[in-house]
Amino acid sequence: MYDLIVIGGGPAGLAGACAAWEAGLRRILIVERDRELGGILNQCIHNGFGLHYFKEELTGPEYAGRFIEMLRDTGVEVRLDTMVLEVTDQRKVHMVGKDTGYRVEEAKSILLAMGCRERTRGAIAIPGTRPAGIFTAGAAQRYVNMEGWLPGKRVVILGSGDIGLIMARRMTLEGAKVLACVEVMPYSGGLNRNIVQCLHDYDIPLYLSHTVTDIRGVNRVEQVVVSQVDDRRQPIPGTEMVFDCDTLLLSVGLIPENELTRQAGIAIDPRTNGAVVWENMETSLPGVFASGNVAHVHDLVDFVTAESQRAGTAAARYVLEGEAAEGDALEIVNGDGVSYTVPQHVRPGRVEKACDLFFRVNRVCGPSRIKVTSGDKQIAAFSRDYLAPGEMEHILLPRKLLDGASETLCVSIEEVESE
Amino acid sequence: MYDVLIIGCGIVGAATAFELSKYQLKVGIVERENDVANGTTKANSAIIHAGYDPMPGSLMARLNVRGSALARELCAQLDVPYLPCGSLVLGFSTEDEVLLKELFRRGTQNGVPGLALLTGDEARALEPNLSPAVTAALHAPSAAICSPWEYCLALAETAVRNGAQLHLETAVTGLTPTADGWRVETSRGVLDARYVVNAAGLDAQAVHEMAAPSSFTIHPSRGEYFLLDKSEGDRVGRVIFQCPSRVGKGVLVAPTVHGNLIVGPNAEPVEGDDTATTAGGLAYVRQTALRSVPSVEFRASIRNFAGVRASTDREDFIIEEAAPHFLDLAGICSPGLSAAPAIGEYAVELLGQAGLALERKADFTASRKRVRFRELPPEEKARLVAEQPAYGRVICRCETVTEGEILDALSGPIPPRSVDGVKRRAGAGLGRCQGGFCGPRVLELLAREQGRSPGDIPQDKAGSWLLACETKGGHADV
Repeated sequence: MYDLIVIGGGPAGLAGACAAWEAGLRRILIVERDRELGGILNQCIHNGFGLHYFKEELTGPEYAGRFIEMLRDTGVEVRLDTMVLEVTDQRKVHMVGKDTGYRVEEAKSILLAMGCRERTRGAIAIPGTRPAGIFTAGAAQRYVNMEGWLPGKRVVILGSGDIGLIMARRMTLEGAKVLACVEVMPYSGGLNRNIVQCLHDYDIPLYLSHTVTDIRGVNRVEQVVVSQVDDRRQPIPGTEMVFDCDTLLLSVGLIPENELTRQAGIAIDPRTNGAVVWENMETSLPGVFASGNVAHVHDLVDFVTAESQRAGTAAARYVLEGEAAEGDALEIVNGDGVSYTVPQHVRPGRVEKACDLFFRVNRVCGPSRIKVTSGDKQIAAFSRDYLAPGEMEHILLPRKLLDGASETLCVSIEEVESE
Repeated sequence: MYDVLIIGCGIVGAATAFELSKYQLKVGIVERENDVANGTTKANSAIIHAGYDPMPGSLMARLNVRGSALARELCAQLDVPYLPCGSLVLGFSTEDEVLLKELFRRGTQNGVPGLALLTGDEARALEPNLSPAVTAALHAPSAAICSPWEYCLALAETAVRNGAQLHLETAVTGLTPTADGWRVETSRGVLDARYVVNAAGLDAQAVHEMAAPSSFTIHPSRGEYFLLDKSEGDRVGRVIFQCPSRVGKGVLVAPTVHGNLIVGPNAEPVEGDDTATTAGGLAYVRQTALRSVPSVEFRASIRNFAGVRASTDREDFIIEEAAPHFLDLAGICSPGLSAAPAIGEYAVELLGQAGLALERKADFTASRKRVRFRELPPEEKARLVAEQPAYGRVICRCETVTEGEILDALSGPIPPRSVDGVKRRAGAGLGRCQGGFCGPRVLELLAREQGRSPGDIPQDKAGSWLLACETKGGHADV
């Protein structure tokens, strides 16, 4: 019987396991399906990781390396090349590995840290032929950075998510010609710093309010057709541009990988596609926690780390102190301008000093006020100069403010007239 | 010198080869593509139709009903995913109800078992997600779903195991009659055969015209589809049709044997084998399907595809000796998949009538089995991994396909030559991430086991290259 089984050895799992060890758990197991720890960070060889957490600029493998080092000083057990097949509601974990065999392990607590996957062409129904040469940006990144192969030489990128932007630069540096980055929304889905450093610096045009409306080529991509879209995201006839290319990269969103979570009967929030969580990242199944991209898609690994440390600490507390007593709970409601929040509900009695609240806005906003209300009562307000769906927002709600709330907390955005 | 040479290894060619491989004959199959099941066979609704649709007395009617019965046995025997889930044809109006009665009458005449006319409420009791607008339905309990490419592979592999010779990437370029049969010119040299069977699918007209005067015209008809994630897999438990029209059986909503939901097809005339999807076609499919099952969640789509039916200017299948020792199996549009094993049987019967000596083999191997790790109970999984650790390494995480299963596919009677060839045999890449995660690892296994450079391995058909060149530093070997 383990105190904690962590499913996934990427940044979330690593930080969660380290934090649980710090908090006093001793029988911890990390199960990782790949042949090494670090998760997707291992293929992210660009820099920019760790600015918040380490206050320095690291590459993905370096960032992962820091945590793998920390883990080395603990007694946390690691099973590599091992895939979890099932998590039961009795916290039994079925896993299988080439060297580790088929095993069923029991745990007092579980941290779900499986990360996310990329949306594919099928998810967005791009019409046209189905030749080779259409890759998700992350798959192309793996080929280039891990396998040592360039998947194509003339490239169009659909979607301006961060991985797509990073790959625009990466493919260019490897000698490919990136012809365009195409984004259906009127704003980019990626971080502003990536727009500047990966597109502008290499004179790669970004077509906002455009999308791919046809793919041509029998065996390999030969052309893609890009059209402007109207404000209902419908292609406008007559605006077609044809690009001669051999590759289309897709960076059209990430989906938390929650098949195990669903199987275990854990409640899922359709807004995040992740588990519904409490303030300490505990899911609807007591003793099972979720953090990182499996709970909601983050932009920065630093925030994954922080969230997972909270989850790991909470798992330790659950094991060492027992199940949290039922107390008053507040449901967090998405007000105007907010597309989701994490957590989705809060037990003020379980909050020590302050509760971290993450959310995304559903449109680009200029100078704004983030308002937190409970019924008619305003609990807190925060000012921002700029808000965009591509950048996750974070606010801290002190415990004493939560005590003034009842039943619901509503987070909403109010744009203010700039002076 | 082959006794029989079959041109084309889709489901019809494979079924014919399977049937012929039961006899003491030298059987050859030539296939233009680098894999079997690479045309219409891999892109259709995957339905084994009950057989109420074709006109009584037609070849379609007889071979559909016989083929469906054979499919049930064959799929069990050859380990092909098959589910006898039944089907409903929905009616929304009094005109539709007239047509449903006509289908019931036809089906009864065709010998389809168990047909029943239902009211809208009775249909909804079976399928709660049907539209409230449904007023009547025809229930056909003998309809089934299957994995069409695995069905074709199983038939072709069994034929090969029983001695048939498969020539992949071999296109037929000419046919010349000889004293004792045919001289078949191909892209890889000349083959001689006493009998030739034309199972060339969309190219059957072209092949026919190499051997005989023109007698039919193929009018390719494209159908577009959505494949939805397993989260939508139990939206319906049966194949849900709308009333058929002159152009086809209409848009259906059906479960797949892999646990997904399939929605489609439309029917659009196209040139050749144009399998592109279109915005208009997909929008039509979506809207039409929602009439039957309004709650289908299209956001769960994981893939769109299109297949092309080999429809012709004739109403029925074209199964006839077009020239001495030259048998056409042409115009095999829907219900071709359902009829295929019966077409194979009938083809052998016709070849026998044309003088082919049919002596049964004593040692015919009629069974096939493969490991499907995901479907095993935990104890079985544990035992298998303990014996053969390669079954413990999961390569495709969406479908839980292991390295052991991929190695099995690579050492099968018809080894895959492409990433999609592995997908069709082992299921890796069929799932919701569509090979995003497992693609590079499948490529690595193909390269390692077949001693090929990753740069030479295509996604699917020859020419569908995946990797342009090595990066500056070459392989990182991590």
